[in-house]
Amino acid sequence: MKGSGAATSPAQEPTLALEKLELRLLLEAIHGSTGIDFRGYSPASLKRRVLARVKAEELPSISALQARALHAPECMQRLIAGITVHYTTLFRDPGFWVAFREKVVPILAGERSLRLWVAGCSSGEEVYSLAIVLAEAGLVERTRIYATDLSENLVEQARAGVFPLRLMKEYTANYLAAGGTRSFSDYYSADHEAAILSAALRRRIVFARHCLATEGSFNEFHAILCRNVTIYFAAALQARVHELLFASLAPAGILALGRAEAMRGLAHEDEFEPLDVRERIFQRKSAATA
Amino acid sequence: MTVPLVVIGASLGGPSAIRTVLAGLPADFPWAIAIVQHWRADHDELLPDALTRGCPLPVAVVFDKEPIQPGHVHLARPDYHLLVEDGHFALSLDAPVNYARPSIDLCFESAAEALGPAVTGIVLTGANDDGARGLARIKALGGRALVQDPSGAECPTMPQAALAATAPDAVLRLAEIAPWLTRAAGPTLRPSP
Repeated sequence: MKGSGAATSPAQEPTLALEKLELRLLLEAIHGSTGIDFRGYSPASLKRRVLARVKAEELPSISALQARALHAPECMQRLIAGITVHYTTLFRDPGFWVAFREKVVPILAGERSLRLWVAGCSSGEEVYSLAIVLAEAGLVERTRIYATDLSENLVEQARAGVFPLRLMKEYTANYLAAGGTRSFSDYYSADHEAAILSAALRRRIVFARHCLATEGSFNEFHAILCRNVTIYFAAALQARVHELLFASLAPAGILALGRAEAMRGLAHEDEFEPLDVRERIFQRKSAATA
Repeated sequence: MTVPLVVIGASLGGPSAIRTVLAGLPADFPWAIAIVQHWRADHDELLPDALTRGCPLPVAVVFDKEPIQPGHVHLARPDYHLLVEDGHFALSLDAPVNYARPSIDLCFESAAEALGPAVTGIVLTGANDDGARGLARIKALGGRALVQDPSGAECPTMPQAALAATAPDAVLRLAEIAPWLTRAAGPTLRPSP
């Protein structure tokens, strides 16, 4: 919000301004205490997530949450989990996976060995969807998929590959809409309330902690999936991550963004060709055409 | 300078109501408009036409961090929350709020907190109470609130919930909303008090 408008409501203005200050201090505290840097995040959804933690911890203010988080590691862990949690599904946006099968798989099939990166893998839904698609395309044996997230807890969760059994009906529908041709139940075994994904899917995946906000490129990839990850970042951090993704992409490599993410205005916009405009799949121009 | 923003929320019966409001605006309407219509994600390509056929202003579904542009109609993207920050929109995939994503309440609340008195919120027809809390927040932070007259609404539940939550600046029939906005926007870009 604007801090200088004389016409703004006098009763609410101090509360909002104070909240903004408290949020800034909290992010400093998290960074100083854990090294995790949320300072470049998009403020509107970040504030909502933090306020949800204030409420869940039954505290009166963001400042009170800061005090507790600094003195109680388990509160800090809950706070970081609350900020980093992502809401996603297996085969989210089935249309994306149809486009991936039709337009990306034939390009990848030309490579003898493949390195793929799911940047911001959250609890693993995207990376397992990718592994299934590559397995069905006969490419998985020559592929190494790197799945990273800044949250150690989420990386652990992703590595485990266990999802609530009650979601399998929805995921099966997504899988079929995404062009899946087998029986989705072949990919998991049910154990009470849990669906445990087949260990074969995990064999070609490397799970690791990596922070897009602070760390650099660690390899060169034939394709990078970073869908609905940078929408939580403010513009400056988005530009940084875009730079990082570009630097991590082989010539003619594929970059997949979320449906709501524009390439427009980003530094390397002109160095990509769209492969699928609606599903936000881009191909980096090869050295010859760039 | 802050671009004044009109945020419109609608659910059941919304498309026809929104078309009526937009069609009544002049082609040089100076404020930005953001529309949150509950809509199925798997039919998202049908949204722009359904809401804006006959609209004289340029229309687009919002991309993340897109600037708020005067004289443009920005449509919330199905299955994403639409949030307003300082001068631009931000999207999120946070959990649905009261089963809705996009949530009208979230959009209205973030608009109020980012833009204060430069926001005008409008709650139209719908079968739930989304928008009521957000409209109250807009009023509390110095913005203006309009509610569609429930007696003429295809589904009066949402306007009634908004009226129960806050006292709006006006309760209007659909055909009266565009003229009200045009008057409020006035001949210049500055909102009149």
